[in-house]
Amino acid sequence: MVQTDALAKIEHASVRFESPFTLECGTTLPNHTVAFRTYGSLNAARSNAVLICHALTGDQYVAERQPVTGKPGWWEMMVGPGKPIDTDRYFVICANVLGGCMGSTGPRETRPVTAGGDGARPWGTDFPPVTIRDMVRAQKQLIEHLGIARLFAVVGGSMGGMQVLEWAALYPEAVFAALPIATAAHHSAQNIAFHEVGRQAIFADPDWQGGRYWESGRIPARGLAVARMCAHITYLSEEALTRKFGRRLQGAPKDNAEAISLFGEMFEVESYLRHQGSTFVQRFDANSYLTITRAMDYFDLAADYEGDLANAFRGTRTRFLLVSFTSDWLFPTSQSRAIARSLNRAGANVSFVEIPSDKGHDAFLLDEPDFHRTVAGFLRGCAVHAGLTT
Amino acid sequence: MSTHDPVRFVAKNMRLDLALIADMIAPGSRVLDIGCGDGTLIDHLFRTKGCDARGIEIDMAEATRAVAHGLPVMHGDADSDLQHYPDGAFDYVVLSRTLQAVERPRAVLAQMLRIGTRAVVSFPNFGHWLVRWQLLSTGRMPMTATWDRPWHETPNIHPCTIRDFFALCAEEGYQVETWLAVDDAGRRAPWRRFPGLANLFGEQGLFVLRRL
Repeated sequence: MVQTDALAKIEHASVRFESPFTLECGTTLPNHTVAFRTYGSLNAARSNAVLICHALTGDQYVAERQPVTGKPGWWEMMVGPGKPIDTDRYFVICANVLGGCMGSTGPRETRPVTAGGDGARPWGTDFPPVTIRDMVRAQKQLIEHLGIARLFAVVGGSMGGMQVLEWAALYPEAVFAALPIATAAHHSAQNIAFHEVGRQAIFADPDWQGGRYWESGRIPARGLAVARMCAHITYLSEEALTRKFGRRLQGAPKDNAEAISLFGEMFEVESYLRHQGSTFVQRFDANSYLTITRAMDYFDLAADYEGDLANAFRGTRTRFLLVSFTSDWLFPTSQSRAIARSLNRAGANVSFVEIPSDKGHDAFLLDEPDFHRTVAGFLRGCAVHAGLTT
Repeated sequence: MSTHDPVRFVAKNMRLDLALIADMIAPGSRVLDIGCGDGTLIDHLFRTKGCDARGIEIDMAEATRAVAHGLPVMHGDADSDLQHYPDGAFDYVVLSRTLQAVERPRAVLAQMLRIGTRAVVSFPNFGHWLVRWQLLSTGRMPMTATWDRPWHETPNIHPCTIRDFFALCAEEGYQVETWLAVDDAGRRAPWRRFPGLANLFGEQGLFVLRRL
């Protein structure tokens, strides 16, 4: 598998911060890079910036062709001219998270001599554990670098929603509106359990080689693909799987001997998952996957505030919109409702709706007109309160 | 309290009783509207009175419609969500035409007056003459323009009369700061001094309560 080459060849627009950056774990990165993309233009008052926080396997290519896969941006339904997050009105920013593999500092980056490396080999599994808060602090540096004191809105789904919550807790004066979508204030035991299955699949792949897979030039493609297949099931719902595949059979693919089922026939859903797994390993680094899943598992915002989530938001003037989806069992509505109630206890201005959908957790990425109308309307209302509209 | 005709404030599609409620709310107040529907009242209070008005709505489609109109509304209900707000968070907590549908009306009123300085409560009056007449003459549960669903279908599990509500306020020790009855067309009715007449002819009661 030549994925490392495909990932390495792409140049990502980025900014390099040369000042030391101390992580929550205590390790200091001597410098770090934040790869990012922007859409639309910043107004003269620098008041129309919207930061989008991507999910576990997302990236900064929100609304344009993804350079590795060649596919459209992951949130083109939401972001663009005339879209709910309207790039004709807002200056949209999205950065690859710290620990990622699309140009921001992460396990694929060469470990500097000043950080205990030899200046030639990647960090690999020696990359320090990062947290959601570390990711947000790196984004804050980027925002300041762009000359923006206050974001009009911070928006994100799933792990992106965790970052939104962290932004609102850490920098309340810098966030006018916060939209945590299909997310939770902590990763549940079930969520951690699924991540652990994925990590163990990677560890079990002989090509993982203790995380030093660059030495052999072979990536742990089997393990990473199984991790993705397992995770992908959690992003869907039983209804969606039944609707899309049911129990239909399909012939084994002719061009891939490896994929032919032991049983001669293959269910469509098997074929679909294999496809998800095999395309994923082309665009994602296994060590990044380990680092970021761990960051999600560590996330427990209330724990940083004496165990009471309301403490994270007391006195906040940020306007919140929480959205969940009926069939999302990975980040169920009860988690969003718990956040909404904590915000109520903190006296915050909070909107909260659950959107009917059979598409599971992935609904936030898909065509859900009610969801899109809700986000568009909420932002329009916030623009009135922020004095952004004429 | 304003005394001029509330009708002049009425937006084209705003229920008349909502206009009466809006008239009772001071400009710039912090308001929570429980059962806010599509958010007509909170929109009106923000646009015309500069209020920080928020809503709770039990019907998800209505809540979504309100948020999609840019209004701060969350899905929730009077029985289980008020307990999460801090003491004195609002100047007014509004419950319009919803009290009769909540599970625990006494607890809801107590929560309203814990989280708000004033509670504004409106409810359809079960003591209206037509309701009384139908029950008396037919011996069947009344079906009127207001009470328009059969007994086994209605969400209105706790109907009360204007006199019942006065009695409850006395029992609970709530001060009735102001009250009025509203006629079938949603206009302020002239029985201010006569609760007995109000209870017979008022289509709904509208009360502003405070803790004593």
